[in-house]
Amino acid sequence: MFSEKCEFDPKYDIAMHENQPVHYMERTRLYYEAQGFERAYQWAHFEDVPFTPLEKPLSDSRIAVITTGSRYDRLLTDPRFVDSGEIDELPSHLFAKDLAWDKEATHLDDLGSYLPAQVLSELANLGTIGSVAPRFHCLPTEYSQRRTRETDAPEILARCREDQADVALLVPL
Amino acid sequence: MCHQSVGLTARHLEANGIPTVILGSAIDVIKHCGVPRFYFVDFPLGNPCGKPYDLEMQRSIVGAALQLFETVSEPRTVVKDPNNWGTHEWRQRYMEIKPEDRARMSRQGEERRRERQRLREIGHTRQD
Repeated sequence: MFSEKCEFDPKYDIAMHENQPVHYMERTRLYYEAQGFERAYQWAHFEDVPFTPLEKPLSDSRIAVITTGSRYDRLLTDPRFVDSGEIDELPSHLFAKDLAWDKEATHLDDLGSYLPAQVLSELANLGTIGSVAPRFHCLPTEYSQRRTRETDAPEILARCREDQADVALLVPL
Repeated sequence: MCHQSVGLTARHLEANGIPTVILGSAIDVIKHCGVPRFYFVDFPLGNPCGKPYDLEMQRSIVGAALQLFETVSEPRTVVKDPNNWGTHEWRQRYMEIKPEDRARMSRQGEERRRERQRLREIGHTRQD
């Protein structure tokens, strides 16, 4: 098996288990606590999870790709909004200064490390996937879950449908 | 926060008939939210598709993530990628708070709250 099922237990001590996944929600809580914010952020949590099985083989499916990077400087925009770019006219990089990726450990100089357009194009040429949707979509990262649920997610859905995408690959930074 | 926004969006797409795979690195946020299919790459946040300029690794990771469309039959499925970043220091350093940082962070928090207040007063909606 190429991959293995992964069990994740959030009740670990990072200093004791250096190979364990980082517990980002706890790190964030401690960070804001140190900044004097009194109320901890309530992360999205659902008991039920919607699930749509694949209708036709991946080799016949059109795939949409969605990133949290942006083609424009979101620090200058309010409110932020869903944006889309042509998959055949990729920029050299996406704007992501406003996002909480690990700016000490790595960099975003290689677009392929966070927007897999080239690899998807190769897989379409090989016939592994049917095709790549003509646009990639940029989803704003929002503290407001309501804004994502009621504004941005429906807009992403509408654009996927416009592009006749059968499936979607979402790649958060 | 990127993973949460993506998780909410994936849920919306699934509820409306579009199967999704999330390819990312914050497993706790994703599992807490609850999503259909997650391919977990245990790397520093920022390079979920593979190390920069390592096209072979990116091909391997993206290809394996896409397999989830065809192999997964139930929601909340998480599959871990076998690649390693190579070092582990980043795990502890991310958002690390050292004792000497606390006074500075407290001042930053004060500035942030003042900025939020200023933005609210001029009608902006952003809260971060």
